[in-house]
Amino acid sequence: MRNPLSKKVVSIQPSGIRKFFDIVSEMKDAISLGVGEPDFDTPWHIREEGIYSLEKGRTFYTSNAGLKDLKVEICKYLKRRFGLEYQPDKETLVTVGGSEAIDIALRAMLEPGDEVLIPQPCYVSYHPCTILAGGVPVVIELKGENEFKLTKDQLLDAITDKTKVIILAYPNNPTGATMDYDDLKQIADVIVEKDLYVISDEIYSELTYGRKHVSISSLPGLRDRTIVINGFSKSYAMTGWRLGYAVGPALIIEQMTKIHQFAIMCAPTTSQYAGVEALKNGDADVEMMKDAYDKRRRYLVHAFRSMGIECFEPFGAFYVFPCIKSLGMTSEEFATKLLEEEKVAVVPGTAFGDCGEGYLRISYAYSIENLKIAIERIERFVKRYKDR
Amino acid sequence: MREKILAAIDKNSKLTAADLAIMLGSTEDEIKSIISEMEKEHIICGYPTLINWDKVECERVTALIEVKVTPQRGLGFDKIAERIYQFAEVQSVYLMSGGFDLTVLIEGKTMREVASFVSEKLAPMDAVLSTATHFVLKKYKEHGLPLVQIKHDERMLITP
Repeated sequence: MRNPLSKKVVSIQPSGIRKFFDIVSEMKDAISLGVGEPDFDTPWHIREEGIYSLEKGRTFYTSNAGLKDLKVEICKYLKRRFGLEYQPDKETLVTVGGSEAIDIALRAMLEPGDEVLIPQPCYVSYHPCTILAGGVPVVIELKGENEFKLTKDQLLDAITDKTKVIILAYPNNPTGATMDYDDLKQIADVIVEKDLYVISDEIYSELTYGRKHVSISSLPGLRDRTIVINGFSKSYAMTGWRLGYAVGPALIIEQMTKIHQFAIMCAPTTSQYAGVEALKNGDADVEMMKDAYDKRRRYLVHAFRSMGIECFEPFGAFYVFPCIKSLGMTSEEFATKLLEEEKVAVVPGTAFGDCGEGYLRISYAYSIENLKIAIERIERFVKRYKDR
Repeated sequence: MREKILAAIDKNSKLTAADLAIMLGSTEDEIKSIISEMEKEHIICGYPTLINWDKVECERVTALIEVKVTPQRGLGFDKIAERIYQFAEVQSVYLMSGGFDLTVLIEGKTMREVASFVSEKLAPMDAVLSTATHFVLKKYKEHGLPLVQIKHDERMLITP
């Protein structure tokens, strides 16, 4: 029999998260600080709208690019929150979560051999999706001393004649890093000068603390070379609904819509109706959740610093990214021992790229009561190894 | 800062001043002094615990009573409300708009106890014109918190 598999697919490593997940699932009654999704339920009025759409029998396909109402609301929302101007028609595409948008944006833009710059640590899908789309991933290793922001020099060093796309993801999973206008301006100029395109994954855009999110697409010259990806998962606690979107120049969005049309048809109809409600009447929910995350964020940063663990202050997403190098363990050793000895699950920084070595991703999508118990255990653990 | 503290302890009065200081970006001393100011000003009136008594082996009956009263000249409804809320079995008293004047929430050990409160204490008051007593059969949610179900975290333990 012939080998049924594609070499390209076989060559892709399963995500480091998966490996760790398997270890954690074996452990009985572990507490986890390992999730990348909100602990809140989707606000009731949004769920109710989804239920109502089912009751009304709205169980058919929508148009490929998404419900007109939803696209209109998305554009209004982006204007209202981030000052971005996009047209509902031709410049907006509703997708199955932000993840689909990442995949099809890469597929729409890459020729075989095109290089894609991927600043790491980052979300796990950019690297494999680039390979699947025929591109060549080029990793930029972000540094703790820069608080995991991408600098102009690092960008310039990574660019070659073959570089076509850069994937930016701020606020960042796993580091919680954000980039403000001035930070973005530095790299925006290089992007324009070197004629690159940007896939900007802004799924955590609502979760910034004490500062407002800036989309790179709002910088001069960037609108025509940026695909902005966003969605409902993190801001409205709607991960299971699988609803996201991409906006960008019609030239690219039209081709993405073509791939979407053949691979997916359309995003789930129920979710799209719920999404309209979220954008119309969900601002207060976002505020409430953000406020809760902010308290937990401060609590965790303070807790790690009190243990003598270096932890830069993250201003976005719902993760802290403490550095455990002082304990003389690798990220994976730390995470495995912590799980075995104190039954607390955290994700080793290496799951998000090699340069995550020495760091841990700690999620604060948990109640304060939960965090307190976990922190007590981590404190005990750290003390034990610090004294050695 | 006052409002921030109140919003934080509204649903969880167990948070210590030290916790609040970290979570709100303040100092423990500042939090303590603001809280004690608010206690003095009677903005914070107490720290009760939300209990689902249905799960405890002891009889408890709650009734909501709609009361129509005659307001008193110069004092409005306040005086009669005060006469009512002074009773220990009265949990809450609200002045209402609409078809009746006061909502009185009463807790007693038995229905008989509640009935006798209404017939012997409340109804005979001079200012009280009429009462309508509704017994509570089950409590689902109080103070913004559901009483009936315990929610389990159903998320997978590790996700990207």
